[in-house]
Amino acid sequence: MTSIHRHITRRIALTAVAAATIGLVSAPAFSEEKVNLGVSIPAATHSFMGGINYWANQAKKDLEKAHKGLKITIKTAANAPEQANQLQDLSTVTKINALVVFPFESAALTKPVEQVKAKGVYVTVVDRGLTDPSAQDAYVAGDNTAFGRIPAEYIVKKLGGKGNVVALRGIATTLDNERMDAFNAVLKGSPDVKLLDAKYANWNRDDAFKVTQDYLTRFKEIDAIWAADDDMAVGVEKAIAQAKRTDIKIIFGGAGAKGAVKTIMDGSDPRIQADVSYSPKFIYDAIKLTAEARLKGEKLPATTIIPSVLITKDNAKDFYHPNSPF
Amino acid sequence: MPPEQSKNTPEAPHRAEAKPRWAERLRALGPVLGLVLLCIVGTALNGDFATVDNAMNVLTRTAFIGIIAVGMCFVIISGGIDLSVGSMAALIAGSVIMFINWAAPATGSPLLAVIMGAVLAVALGAVFGLAHGLLITKGRIEPFIVTLGTLGIFRAYLTYFADGGALTLDNDLSDLYAPVYYASLAGIPIPVWVFVIVAIIGGVILNRTAYGRYVQAIGSNEQVARYAAVDVDGVKILTYVLLGVCVGIATLLYVPRLGSASPTTGILWELEAIAAVIVGGTALKGGAGSITGTVIGAILLSVISNILNLTSVISVYLNAAVQGFVIIIVAVLQRGRR
Repeated sequence: MTSIHRHITRRIALTAVAAATIGLVSAPAFSEEKVNLGVSIPAATHSFMGGINYWANQAKKDLEKAHKGLKITIKTAANAPEQANQLQDLSTVTKINALVVFPFESAALTKPVEQVKAKGVYVTVVDRGLTDPSAQDAYVAGDNTAFGRIPAEYIVKKLGGKGNVVALRGIATTLDNERMDAFNAVLKGSPDVKLLDAKYANWNRDDAFKVTQDYLTRFKEIDAIWAADDDMAVGVEKAIAQAKRTDIKIIFGGAGAKGAVKTIMDGSDPRIQADVSYSPKFIYDAIKLTAEARLKGEKLPATTIIPSVLITKDNAKDFYHPNSPF
Repeated sequence: MPPEQSKNTPEAPHRAEAKPRWAERLRALGPVLGLVLLCIVGTALNGDFATVDNAMNVLTRTAFIGIIAVGMCFVIISGGIDLSVGSMAALIAGSVIMFINWAAPATGSPLLAVIMGAVLAVALGAVFGLAHGLLITKGRIEPFIVTLGTLGIFRAYLTYFADGGALTLDNDLSDLYAPVYYASLAGIPIPVWVFVIVAIIGGVILNRTAYGRYVQAIGSNEQVARYAAVDVDGVKILTYVLLGVCVGIATLLYVPRLGSASPTTGILWELEAIAAVIVGGTALKGGAGSITGTVIGAILLSVISNILNLTSVISVYLNAAVQGFVIIIVAVLQRGRR
């Protein structure tokens, strides 16, 4: 049963590749190629993904208005298997010829994306790289190393190279590891800045609240907390307020959520004077880059890294998007 | 959790009575024993564990799950299950926040808005619970399926209202509401008081009222209860309403903590509440159970994560495993039942 199925899929795939090749050859005849772009992203299960959804829809609105030959279809999935099914639907039913995909997990979605690519669809992968890069044409991602490096450098500098730091982590993923490793790498250069512990709080406000409460019980002297996410920073703040602790001088979040950026702009919390950008807007950039390149029949560079930068009072207004849910 | 366990099995043989009393005692002591052992381990690993502040932290954060677990205890004893409580709490939290933000300027009285919001939390919980109860009894749908359905529905609506982001209480309203979570009475935080009161009321209803007897009777043998002229549907519906009210109470305590609700609010609370009930010695197939056990079960679960946060002995990657081991060990301690 499955082998027959696979055989048929393969056949369709081959035909599609052939068709696509012919299409490409004849492309220069048109000034603007018709692009049927599929966007596959995880559902808005937390604020960051809410931002991803917002910016994807924003891209659809802006780009479809700007380009006549462009049609964008957005699908959101609650888990990896659902995303795999949607990828299948996008290529067979919606008949897309370009795809921007934010994979749920790297390994589980490599094959499904590969199958879409095999049908001649131009594939841009966002944020989480696939385990086999040959399944993608282009890769657009945020800078996770900078996401860990920048807060560490900031904290070390602010503390004058001496102090106690605790950290929160997100969910055990390669992306989280990259951030943590980059953070640790900087601290290695300043032996007097001690990382007391780093525990998972699942990018969740409630879990961050609990973990911070316990840090505060456990450590009597904390100078800085790397909350590693603006959502988690909310829980951290509340836990500190409840314990009435005044020793914490720095709370460093991450990603540039609008609440945190507003705090920096207004200077309303002396402990939160900086953040590091990792905006869900990169999905907007990825869709825009892919759509515009494909409309011209061009390709994207193999890897595009959207840089993560330090947000301070000076540049905060560039990162403030009051309409975005994130 | 396999669905077939939540079904009523009226034809299952009745065997609880034949057991000697000491076995019953041991079963009831299992969770207490587990908790005492955990506390000893916790104190040995970090002296700060045994402080009043830490104990209050743990009890306060247990309050949400604990209050929900008290309601869940009724549902499970009657032979039902509710998988939606986490999503329900999230949706209620979101609705209450939206309501208070709207009502404060509309009524001109922030205090009135907060009070009405708190009432709304309980009312919404009761309505959701009633809907569950009616679908399960009058609609004759398995509780597992009904509440699995609403689990998705509640969370999806919250996500929709929050536009995928977070719903946040306006600043001054948040400050006004905050004492409900952060304030203390006689040195004990408000949520702990509420938890204690809910548990006592739950215990009284379960053990000292005819209604409590009916709940247990239905769980142990629904058919016999029906023949004994017990209004099975009515009793069952009321268990879900009670659980809904408990979720509402938990939520009205939860909202002032962070002053926000997001799609991650209350995630997996249903499993924690069910685990608290079962770890506390209630049978998943229904019929018998205790509120005291449930309360201890809930505390036990949060003590585990508290201890893990207070030490770095075990790799963070293994935290969930430790939780799993402790749950299974406690279950072994109370195995006397079978």
